[in-house]
Amino acid sequence: MEQLIINKRNKIHPHKFALWAAMASITMMFGAFTSAYIVKQAAGNWLEFSIPTEFYISTIIILFSSITLHTSFSNFKAGHEAKYKNFLILSLLLGLAFVILQYFGWTELYHRGVDLKGNVSGSFFYLLSGIHALHVLGGIAAMIVALIHAFTLKFNISETRVNRFDLVINYWHFVDFLWLYLFIFLLISK
Amino acid sequence: MANVTVHEDDILIKEQGYNDHFHDHHHGDKYQTNFIFHYIFSMDHKIIARQFLITGMIWAIIGAAMSVVFRMQLGFPEESLTWIKPFLGKWIVVDPSTGMGKLAPEFYYALVTMHGTIIVFFVLTAGLSGTFSNLLIPFQIGARDMASPFMNMLSYWFFFLAGIVMFYSLFLSTGPFSGGWVAYPPLSALPQASSGSGTGMTLWLVSLTLFVVSVLLGGINYITTILNLRTKGMSLWRMPLPIWAFFVTAILGLLSFPVLASGFFMLIFDRSLGTSFFLSDIFIAGQALDRVGGSPILYQHLFWFLGHPEVYIIILPAMGIVSEVMSVHARKPIFGYRAMVYSIMAIGFLSFIVWAHHMFMAGVNPFISNFFVVFTLIIAVPSAVKVFNWITTLYGGNLRLNTPMLFAIGFVSMFISGGLTGIFLGNSAIDIQMHDTYFVVAHFHIVMGVAAFFGMFAGVYHWFPKMYSRFMNETLGKIHFWGTMITAYAIFWPMHYIGMAGVPRRYYSFDTFDAFKHFSEMNKFITICAIIAFFIQLVFVINFFYSIWYGRKMKTKNPWEANTLEWTTPIEPIHGNWPGNLPVVHRWAYDYNKDEREFVQQHVPLKEGEVGDH
Repeated sequence: MEQLIINKRNKIHPHKFALWAAMASITMMFGAFTSAYIVKQAAGNWLEFSIPTEFYISTIIILFSSITLHTSFSNFKAGHEAKYKNFLILSLLLGLAFVILQYFGWTELYHRGVDLKGNVSGSFFYLLSGIHALHVLGGIAAMIVALIHAFTLKFNISETRVNRFDLVINYWHFVDFLWLYLFIFLLISK
Repeated sequence: MANVTVHEDDILIKEQGYNDHFHDHHHGDKYQTNFIFHYIFSMDHKIIARQFLITGMIWAIIGAAMSVVFRMQLGFPEESLTWIKPFLGKWIVVDPSTGMGKLAPEFYYALVTMHGTIIVFFVLTAGLSGTFSNLLIPFQIGARDMASPFMNMLSYWFFFLAGIVMFYSLFLSTGPFSGGWVAYPPLSALPQASSGSGTGMTLWLVSLTLFVVSVLLGGINYITTILNLRTKGMSLWRMPLPIWAFFVTAILGLLSFPVLASGFFMLIFDRSLGTSFFLSDIFIAGQALDRVGGSPILYQHLFWFLGHPEVYIIILPAMGIVSEVMSVHARKPIFGYRAMVYSIMAIGFLSFIVWAHHMFMAGVNPFISNFFVVFTLIIAVPSAVKVFNWITTLYGGNLRLNTPMLFAIGFVSMFISGGLTGIFLGNSAIDIQMHDTYFVVAHFHIVMGVAAFFGMFAGVYHWFPKMYSRFMNETLGKIHFWGTMITAYAIFWPMHYIGMAGVPRRYYSFDTFDAFKHFSEMNKFITICAIIAFFIQLVFVINFFYSIWYGRKMKTKNPWEANTLEWTTPIEPIHGNWPGNLPVVHRWAYDYNKDEREFVQQHVPLKEGEVGDH
């Protein structure tokens, strides 16, 4: 496969380009969900509820995890092996904390009486945050692979490994900003 | 490969081409060493293309056989169908006193639903775009393979899995899903709505979700390959038209299938988790359901936001293939190359803003409908540009009327006939009379069913030598063409009149409607033509498989004297496509009859003083 890539014409790595295409596709899916939300909301019969605090904290945490992952990446490129590994572990923990906080947020919401089966506004909240969480789990899986590479492979700043890490970073920033968009959307349009 | 003579273009590629060091390493070949990795879990684009094609053909036979069964019901409702009981089992209900076997009404609906789903998604999306995008993109842009051969393999296997799940659903005791291929709620959202809405619909959703994954994996790969792996000199404006068509098709798929997926997820939530996204005010046996607040129209918006681009996902690859085949066999440059590209882009763009024309009668605000009418009718402009250019390409050409060319010309004929009725249906006022009648059935079968099949056939006959190093039989091919051309018009032309008279589609039987009784003879005629059409397609299938092993052998690399790069590769396909250097491109793909040269291939350098491109 690497041979194919030598033929590349553009500066962007084909795998990174493919990832961006996939992200465009995911964006369309969430675009469809939020459009459906707006249409359904305009039709009336809409329950209003305030968003539990857990979701505010998780938003800060996922934003922070993007920064730590980026720090890990720049340390990797600069050759600081220990910092690179530590920040990678920290990012993974923050990613897991995000998913766990989302779960606590859902239970809190459920105890307040906002049920998945109830009013459509509640269903949409669970749908948007739930499918987003699935995408975050994909990012966590990628980070775990990166972590395994970090601890099993010999530390070596090769082009392949920079590219691979770059893919993880790109996807993680994407799910981060996707959540930011969804969170602001849910705040504004409830 | 032993007795291949050294051609002029071999020398050219050797001298002018560039070395990408592909053959210095052999790690690509480790996937090709044994039978399982060579033919089954292959990562080679040529094998994956064949896998898509043959799987698509199997589904086409199943889908077409279904249409024959329900046409029997429509054409000969009085005849006994006991003889197909061995195949359909309990779905043929035999009256014990008379011995008369009738098709079970719920299975009639299941057949109509499955026919639509299978042909639209499995045959005309995967079978057409999957086959030719895989085969032609690396070949025609001068790449060793796709950007990610592994994702490409996954794309096929997700499609295969989708097929297995759908195939399994055909054998459920409650039958496959029977609420129409569009799967509108509440029939699709309530498992208790009909016999097919239970497990049948669950499997339908699983199958199509897997299919969406397949399309996305394929589409990401096609776009990335086209933008990143073109050989030296292959600028975007030198790409052959099929590549442009596959490129825009992949973008359409990438942006519209996720929206369908979002609709599916909400449908799954409604079915299994008790939400009410699409459900409201439903009464079952006088009892109100406690699911309120949703809107079934919302699903229709999400579905048709894919559904309309899907029409162009089907027809654009056929258009690209026809443009190429027509130019090669007319021995003329394609007329208006840039206009062709811009019209593909315009059609692609417009396809995203016309979806509500499928919903004019579903309760959409009539004022909003106006916008959709206008945009829908604007699509006629780029479509007309394309038709004009095809006809002008034919005009004064040195036509070779072989099978691929005949199918290409047949495509244009079908596209004109079906396109004109589209102008009727695009008007929301005329749609009041026409909606849900056989007029709609006739329109879309001609314009995206038959026309897309014609494009696919043109492609199969044209590129068969590239796939199997042999030719398909020309006589059988011509029988196939004329038989299909005549029966297709004989089936769908009369349907326009039935539709204008107001006969609704999807009805099991018309014997209780006095107004429609006098169409029974016409329905008989249509059914007989449909049966003949089905058997003529078997001629193609036999020809295809016979020719793989016993067809006339390909003796030269470039039997059609075409300009594109796939015809510079060895007769026996190899991994990496070109044995040595990659060809370097010096001109566009349509230099036919230029400066008294019959054809000039893309890798031939410009002569001194020669003006290149278009």
